[in-house]
Amino acid sequence: MNKAININDVSVSIEGRSILENISFGLEEAGIACLLGPSGCGKTTLLRCIAGFEKQHQGEVWIKGVRVSNPTHHLPVEQRQIGMVFQDYALFPHMSVADNITFGLNNQNAKTVKQRLDELVELLSLQKHVNKYPHNLSGGQQQRVALARAMAPRPGVLLLDEPFASLDVELREQIARELRQIIKKDGITTIMVSHNQLEAFAMADVIGVMNEGRLLQWDKAFKLYHEPETSEVANFVGEGVFIPGVVINEKEVKTEIGNIQGVTPHGVALGKKVTVLIRPDDILHDDDSKMTARVKDKAFRGAEFLYTLELETGVRLLSLVPSHHNHPVNEPIGIRLEIDHLVIFPQID
Amino acid sequence: MLVTPDSQAISDAVIYKTNSFVFSKWNSALVVLSLLFSIPLVIVLGSLFFPETEAWSHLADTVLTDYIFNSLMLLIGVAFFSVILGVIPAWLVTMYRFPFSRYLEWALLLPMAMPAYIIAYSYTGMLDVAGPLQTSIREVTGWQYRDYWFPEVRSLGGAITMLSLVLYPYVYLLARAAFIEQSICVLEVSRTLGCNAVDAFRRVALPLARPAIMVGLSLVVMETLADYGTVQYFGVSTFTTGIFRTWFGLGNSMAAAQLSALLLLFVAVFLYLEKRSRRQARFHHTSSRYSNLLQQQLNKGAGLCALTFCALPMILGFIIPVSYLIDMALDTYLHILNKDFYLLLFNSLSLAFATAILALLIALFMAYSNRNRNSSVNRFLVRFVSMGYAIPGTVVAVGVLVPFAWFDNTLDAFLTEHFNISSGLLISGTIVTLIFAYLTRFLAVSINTVEAALGKIKPVMDEVAKTTGMSSGGIIKRIHIPMMRGSLLTALLLVFVDVLKELPATLILRPFNFNTLAVRAYELANEERLAAAAVPALAIVLAGIIPVIMISNSISRSRAGNE
Amino acid sequence: MNKFILITILFVQQFSYAAEVNIYSARKEALIKPLLDEFTEQTGIHVNLVTGEADTLLKRLEVEAKNTPADILLTVDVARLIRAKDLELFQSIDSEVLEKGIPEHYRDSDKQWFGLSLRSRVIIYAPDRVKEEELSSYENLANSKWKNRVCVRSSSNAYNQSLVAAMVANDGVEKTEAWAAALVKNFARDPKGGDRDQIKAVAAGVCDVALVNTYYLAGMLVSSQEDEVAAANKIKLFWPDQDGRGAHMNVSGAGILKPAKHKKEAIQLLEYLANDKAQHWYAEANHEYPINSNIESSAILKSWGKFKADNLNLNLLGKYNTEAVLLMDRAGWK
Repeated sequence: MNKAININDVSVSIEGRSILENISFGLEEAGIACLLGPSGCGKTTLLRCIAGFEKQHQGEVWIKGVRVSNPTHHLPVEQRQIGMVFQDYALFPHMSVADNITFGLNNQNAKTVKQRLDELVELLSLQKHVNKYPHNLSGGQQQRVALARAMAPRPGVLLLDEPFASLDVELREQIARELRQIIKKDGITTIMVSHNQLEAFAMADVIGVMNEGRLLQWDKAFKLYHEPETSEVANFVGEGVFIPGVVINEKEVKTEIGNIQGVTPHGVALGKKVTVLIRPDDILHDDDSKMTARVKDKAFRGAEFLYTLELETGVRLLSLVPSHHNHPVNEPIGIRLEIDHLVIFPQID
Repeated sequence: MLVTPDSQAISDAVIYKTNSFVFSKWNSALVVLSLLFSIPLVIVLGSLFFPETEAWSHLADTVLTDYIFNSLMLLIGVAFFSVILGVIPAWLVTMYRFPFSRYLEWALLLPMAMPAYIIAYSYTGMLDVAGPLQTSIREVTGWQYRDYWFPEVRSLGGAITMLSLVLYPYVYLLARAAFIEQSICVLEVSRTLGCNAVDAFRRVALPLARPAIMVGLSLVVMETLADYGTVQYFGVSTFTTGIFRTWFGLGNSMAAAQLSALLLLFVAVFLYLEKRSRRQARFHHTSSRYSNLLQQQLNKGAGLCALTFCALPMILGFIIPVSYLIDMALDTYLHILNKDFYLLLFNSLSLAFATAILALLIALFMAYSNRNRNSSVNRFLVRFVSMGYAIPGTVVAVGVLVPFAWFDNTLDAFLTEHFNISSGLLISGTIVTLIFAYLTRFLAVSINTVEAALGKIKPVMDEVAKTTGMSSGGIIKRIHIPMMRGSLLTALLLVFVDVLKELPATLILRPFNFNTLAVRAYELANEERLAAAAVPALAIVLAGIIPVIMISNSISRSRAGNE
Repeated sequence: MNKFILITILFVQQFSYAAEVNIYSARKEALIKPLLDEFTEQTGIHVNLVTGEADTLLKRLEVEAKNTPADILLTVDVARLIRAKDLELFQSIDSEVLEKGIPEHYRDSDKQWFGLSLRSRVIIYAPDRVKEEELSSYENLANSKWKNRVCVRSSSNAYNQSLVAAMVANDGVEKTEAWAAALVKNFARDPKGGDRDQIKAVAAGVCDVALVNTYYLAGMLVSSQEDEVAAANKIKLFWPDQDGRGAHMNVSGAGILKPAKHKKEAIQLLEYLANDKAQHWYAEANHEYPINSNIESSAILKSWGKFKADNLNLNLLGKYNTEAVLLMDRAGWK
């Protein structure tokens, strides 16, 4: 229990409907975590449960070594020392930027308040906007004010609910990286909620993938992508296709596009039928290769094309190909496998 | 159309010109309409130019300080209690669940249907020294009048209590609407910043609802200043009783008008200061997202406290006086419920309904003109017109009487001279005059409500609709009206209830053989025949209940996403 | 189109009963309508009625000027009749019936207004706390022995104003003001409520004496509410100043307006209101004294016995009304 946040077997239901089931994870001090999942998966409810807006009927929430809630005891929101940024920022429209930021500092002396305000204004580059009112700010500025307001009382934990949802798509990744720097500079433990994996990759040290009220996997981004524990995770994180295969030895699986070998043993019994995850970057385009597939569809992504390819057997694959290889639809092209991580799941029919 | 080398530029210019012409036509109609309803106010204010030095030095030497002191105390007291009784229950029923909270949502509005003078008569009947309660105290204990202490109903404190009990619903109504519309996120964020529930209310919800509360409060302030029946019956000398005394007792209608003008100036200053104090902060909601308002269930003790606090104003302002009236009416209703009475009922209802519709249409027109062309002149005119609410009905009536009679007499003289036809009094002494006076008094209510509703429709919605090729009429019909329906209904019903209760202007301006429930209740009560007055008084209250409940429902539905 | 509307309006305006008479009345509808209905039944003349406060009706008449539809103004106190006369709203009427039926000092010397019923302002007292011998005149109520024992309604009330105006007419402003100031010191409570409230207050022991109009007391004695009857039975009526000028009298009355379009019917109505039957109705229905003492009054009025009425010229009540209000202001009579 010495992590900054510990969630132990938490289940929540609202009006008789189960929203979260048996969620557990722990987050290190100063770590940034992202709860990732499609809308309705329960990630916001989990965030609100940590904040104290929802009550669980099972399990415990620990923040900084303090048990803030279990089914019978519930520390009120205002005593949990959390900072929260809401999806629409929820700035107080009747207060200036400065008053918004210092809202949570009302019990401290004027000098301390001023000092903290100056720090945050500088950290978030809000110097020009201190005396403005929220309705005069752009979306990005509003977000920074909301963040400054949440950080001002130096909360133990910062919670961000879809912090980028109201921003322009082009800006999201850039702002996410900036935000990460700011939060890292302050060393504050953070949990954010997002349905967008690129934002999650840009922001988080560790990502929890959620679906239908369950936490599927709690891991670093790289591992989620390359070593998903379930096909649901594989499906949600990154692109890819599943093809059938048969285990032929402790590290190798036979598929119709060839034998695929992993680095470490996969632990599945010999002769077992499995499903293999093939990522677009596992399939390389090679004009010299004997294996060919027909282009069925293609999406231009600037530096690369994402080709949808079809083998003669009708199995489809995805492949990322540098964009100077421009092939028309229906043309057969040569492909080659280059798989570092063998990801297999029990056969799905 | 003219064909010229640069026809595109010309046609652009023509379109532009047509637009501005349309606007200016709308605008001049707005100006004319506002000026029309300003006439009574201008007549009152105009009196200031005819000094009545002698009357004023007498007033200043004798009663003026009393008038000012009592009026101010009354104002402060009623404003204070209306806010306490209006805002806190509004917050409790909006945010929490406790026993009967669902019923209290609308029941808290019921005292609105109760005319102030009727609640004053009722409580005096019950609690006065000669009333049943004190009489039985004396009978049971054998005490004499001076042997025990009992609060005096007919006093300044009593007047504050009575007026607060029937006026707090204005604050409740607007505060509740504001709380319902507040983004729950803003409250939640304050909790994460260390505010407990009380702090969140005090530091966030309350300041956010302040504009709405102030609108409600200014209605309360104006109603309080205009009240005559209660303070007169309670023997509290206020500015308003002073106006009547100066007019009736001293026979000096000019000095009386000047007192009204001062009252008007006071209200103008009050409204101006309120407006100015929040000029800086605009209260646009930055959020367009609404999460479901989850009402928190209160535990038994807290729930009981909340129930007590919310039920008290409703019981005191409605249940008790209505029970008393029913008790009185049981003795007399058989003599009173006849054909004549149903005619009264019909008169009251149809007058109230007609006025409410007209007030709504005028308010819509004014609000739209202002939206199309938001000039400071227009805004001033609309503000000015809404001040009629603060003038005692009698003074408004005279302000209406004078110009209408002047118009009729001038027309008559003209027709007689040129055509040898006498038109007599065309509009004076008809229902038209009466409705005009009602509008002068109550336009403020509908204008405030409609403007607030229209303000919530952002221009971008119009623009979206225009891009789909919708005409202006279509936009109003398919977008504005559905969005504003709740507010429009509220505006309609508020005026309806107000007209139903209105007395002094009706008394002065009504045509021959035309009476309303309020007039009948007043005449009987004034003759000190309270038992007989109870039936028409009850009828006013009962006729007001249905619209009041409808108002409450329309507000509950106003929250985005709520069915 | 406009012409059509105009003609329609004119037509509607002219549409009316063959014979009718229009009244602006400060008497409440319940206290005059039965008589008017009776009148219509007898004569076929239709009566149109608007009730209201006398002063607002005066204002309405003033601004409507010569086009006013009203033929008659009815008031409940003489000061307003005189105010109407001063505003030159009335015309002089020659009517033998009225002159014969109404004593001279209860009608205008210029025949502009006529008193139609009498109302007297008297002292009532609680017999268990006050001996009849202690009471005498209105002036006597200023004696310091009545300290904290007097109830009376506000000085805004027309009947108080006319009582004080009568005292000004007799004693002069200075003396009356001193009297008013002393009386205010004797008040048991700030003035509030109507005359019935003063009666109830005496009955409940708030005060020992009060000034009220007689018909309120009578109204309580025959009330359908038991508590009112009980209160009224606890107190007694005292006719003031029987050794001096007599009890203060006011009249409710009427005049015919200058622009009256139905003058003939209006005179007919006034004569009807002055006849014995109508006068008796005033006594029976509202316990007012008939304008002519020869006419039989009601049982309650008879039970109070004969009394000496102040024969002061009523014109003086109008003349000193404003003076009375000013002096009551100065005396602190709220």
